Amino acid sequence: MTDYLNDFASLFDQYDVLGAFWVNIQLTFFAAIGSMLLGSLVALMRISPIASLRLLGTGYVNLFRNTPLTIILVFLVLGVWSQLGINLSADFNRNFFLYAVIGLSLYHAAFVCESIRSGVNTVPVGQAEAARAIGLSFLPAARLVIFPQALRGAITPLGNTLIALTKNTTVAAAASVTEISALMKTMIEFRPDVIIAVFLTVALGFVLLVVPVGLLTTWASRKLAVKR
Amino acid sequence: MATSTAQNVLFDVQGPRARRVTLVLNLVGVLLVAALAWVVLGKLAEQGQLDAAKWTSLFTGRTWENFLLPGLWQTLRAALLAVVLSIVFGLVFGLGRLSQLAPVRLVSTVVVEFFRAVPVLVMMIFFYLGLGRAQLVEPANVPFWAVVLGLMFYNGAVIAELIRSGVHQLPRGQREAALAIGLTPARSLRLVELPQALTAMLPSMVSQFVVILKDTALGYIITYPELLASARRLGSGDGNILQALFVAALVFVVINYLLSVLAAWLSRFLSFRTAGRTKLSEGPLAGEDAA
Repeated sequence: MTDYLNDFASLFDQYDVLGAFWVNIQLTFFAAIGSMLLGSLVALMRISPIASLRLLGTGYVNLFRNTPLTIILVFLVLGVWSQLGINLSADFNRNFFLYAVIGLSLYHAAFVCESIRSGVNTVPVGQAEAARAIGLSFLPAARLVIFPQALRGAITPLGNTLIALTKNTTVAAAASVTEISALMKTMIEFRPDVIIAVFLTVALGFVLLVVPVGLLTTWASRKLAVKR
Repeated sequence: MATSTAQNVLFDVQGPRARRVTLVLNLVGVLLVAALAWVVLGKLAEQGQLDAAKWTSLFTGRTWENFLLPGLWQTLRAALLAVVLSIVFGLVFGLGRLSQLAPVRLVSTVVVEFFRAVPVLVMMIFFYLGLGRAQLVEPANVPFWAVVLGLMFYNGAVIAELIRSGVHQLPRGQREAALAIGLTPARSLRLVELPQALTAMLPSMVSQFVVILKDTALGYIITYPELLASARRLGSGDGNILQALFVAALVFVVINYLLSVLAAWLSRFLSFRTAGRTKLSEGPLAGEDAA
């Protein structure tokens, strides 16, 4: 047993496990910001009075929600980068990292949009009617009355999207980013003696990353819920 | 569903002036999109990506017969088996979480929460390398089983949660009435609550099948020859990888879109047949299909 534990501990000297997890956290952080901005914009388009914008927003959501993330990332790296030769950064690794952030943002923006829309549905009709009654037009009404309440109502689905994003950063392996799932593959290939321990370590890492987000969103959605 | 009741009240019915403004904005929008498309298409044409030869080869019988259809078949095969297995897994652990016995509940809760937290790809890589070493299945079938098992554990856990929340969302009266006519709690669950919960959750389950189908594409990373992998092979051979991936993505979008339409239709159709709510993508699991 102690031998096994020693073998296992030697993994951490051999491979930068924490460093790989740190890449996943960075991917999550930047893609969360990117998808939140893009997703809010698409949500605004989908509830706007202008029919063409609504159509564009619906098209975006249907396209990206139904395409596998793996295809989006492979398309960006094999198609856009290697075929079209568009470099986002002179640094080789940074280039792939940026492509992964873009792909993750594009994909999850569709889910952020749907989360915000479900939040908009929690805002009572009277709020929008009152906003109109005091003379606010669409954009001020959305910015000052609807969105602040909708975002608070959307905390739970947004949290679920963030959790999904955290786990989906592993797919960045398809875009040649050396994050934890790529490192796990290397570790198991070279150290098959501790395969179960490697899997459990990575799995536990994600449990530790994901569970606080879940608890935080549950707490926040109660704390920030609009009392009605 | 461009307009639902909540959205209609966000803005007034437009008057003549607002309609003119909207028309102008629409025209500007169309022009902007057209300009952007012009630039992108120009760049693509510059690189020869729009050459007819790169596209026509994708619509020949040879391409579909040798690459795309076999890839699609592998994708559907893995997805179908994963759907069946995750329903079984979900039923076992979903009912486990509703059990009268505390230890069964505890074990089911830990299993479900664990597999929901671990990324599907991590499980697939584990099974891919683990099954190969353990020599449990034929070496040629290792990627297939890795994909199916990875999908089963994650989506089974999600379906278990769906079943549990479906039972919890039923009106209390259903269970109380069943107990009042002398059914035991277990029989009430089996005969009264579960059938209605399953009906109520069917639309959400169909949405989960979209997730399963999408996630088969992860098999690409562990050398499973599904649609994405065969599109890539096709593209590398013919030098039109951009176009081949585009067609593969399109196939996924069409199938998944049809499944989503089915889920929306089911949610309307089934609402008459259960005391539960069949409403789609509401409640705590709404963002779940982001996986």
